[in-house]
Amino acid sequence: MRSYAIDTQDDGLVTYTDNKRWLWLLSLVNPLIPFVGIAGQVITGNELWLLVPLILMFGMGPLLDWTFGEDENNPPEVLVPQLEQDRYYRILTYLTVPLHFIMFFGCAIWVGTQSLPWWGFLALTIAVGFSDGFAINTGHELGHKRTRLETTLAKIVLAVPAYGHFWIEHNRGHHRDVATPEDPASARMGESIYKFARREIPGAFHRAWKIEYERLGRKGASVWGPQNEILQSYVITLVMQLGLIVAFGWIMLPFLVIHNFFSWWVLTSANYIEHYGLLRAKQADGKYERCQPHHSWNANHKYSNLLLFHLQRHSDHHANPTRRYQSLRHFEDLPQLPVGYYGMYVVAYIPWLWFKILDARLLALPHINGDLNKINMDPAHREKLIQKYG
Amino acid sequence: MAEYQCPGCGYIYDETLGDDHEGYPPGMEFDELPDDFVCPDCAVRYKEDFLKNPKQSD
Repeated sequence: MRSYAIDTQDDGLVTYTDNKRWLWLLSLVNPLIPFVGIAGQVITGNELWLLVPLILMFGMGPLLDWTFGEDENNPPEVLVPQLEQDRYYRILTYLTVPLHFIMFFGCAIWVGTQSLPWWGFLALTIAVGFSDGFAINTGHELGHKRTRLETTLAKIVLAVPAYGHFWIEHNRGHHRDVATPEDPASARMGESIYKFARREIPGAFHRAWKIEYERLGRKGASVWGPQNEILQSYVITLVMQLGLIVAFGWIMLPFLVIHNFFSWWVLTSANYIEHYGLLRAKQADGKYERCQPHHSWNANHKYSNLLLFHLQRHSDHHANPTRRYQSLRHFEDLPQLPVGYYGMYVVAYIPWLWFKILDARLLALPHINGDLNKINMDPAHREKLIQKYG
Repeated sequence: MAEYQCPGCGYIYDETLGDDHEGYPPGMEFDELPDDFVCPDCAVRYKEDFLKNPKQSD
């Protein structure tokens, strides 16, 4: 296995081996999970196989997180430049891009050409939607980078889940406003995921267009022209999705609507979890304090971190958004989730359970220590929460 | 003409070049950038965090 080394004045020879190096290949398997259902159906002739992808995602995710546990391995800071230069890691992110297209079209063709039972159609379509939600994760990793190749790939892969505005919304909107009441992509204490989604999905769309409208205005370019980076991605989506309707008829309409919704829902789920209740303090000048590591929730579970390009090391990501996934670090004493995202998604879908687990953790954080003024709270639940915890 | 660097991610705003992608023309001074300017690359640091002429002070 490749190791990195540097001779330093203070600490002598510093070496590092990434013990997850080859395991990162798992990120190439993840986009293809829906194919397991189709392959099973082809081989056995049994339509029940169409349920397997969803079971794999939501059963295997938490189970393998539990089996393989946590991983607190960090690269030494002096070796991060070497690690970032290692092309192996970025090639994996490039390769996931075509895989999302192959999986999306493969499943669309299957749905368009086979007469599946309604429940098989639904299960496969939802699985494809969830899987392409992870295309947003790939787009996220690529979109934060400075090379033209990577930002272009980000716009391309975001076309699969029909979420081309994410790149601008996330990098320029969410990262600026994170953990404030103004951020539609930061969840408030007392807000269920179902209420959050109704604020997050339209809010993100609106913010992305506002930022792009202002940028194009400064350039003197037309909002409806080719320089609009949201439209660039939307055009690919339009061609793909209209093409499928033309090729396979109206069956594609429910397929695409359900697919797109569940892709967005994966992002909503991640956003809901990542900053729940956390709040940056307002300074005397009216601006918010800079984003600190304690403004994000983290999980160190090995399996889900491999599938998600270390997204769950979220504090370091927000402190250093341009840092590549292989270099993101774990820190002690930060807001930690009890399980990885896959498990937390399921908890989030059951609001009473979410509030029971997360509200206690939130209040117990060292920088909050029970002080409700230091929490991003849903105004509609403020009275009730003060009565309960004040 | 001066350069200003984001202390977080290293993005450099060079007044000579401006930033075409962001719509700031060549020659636009850092002071002329909007007050709510945040780093175009990381969006973590605000305008007042930027360091003037970082290379000279190295």
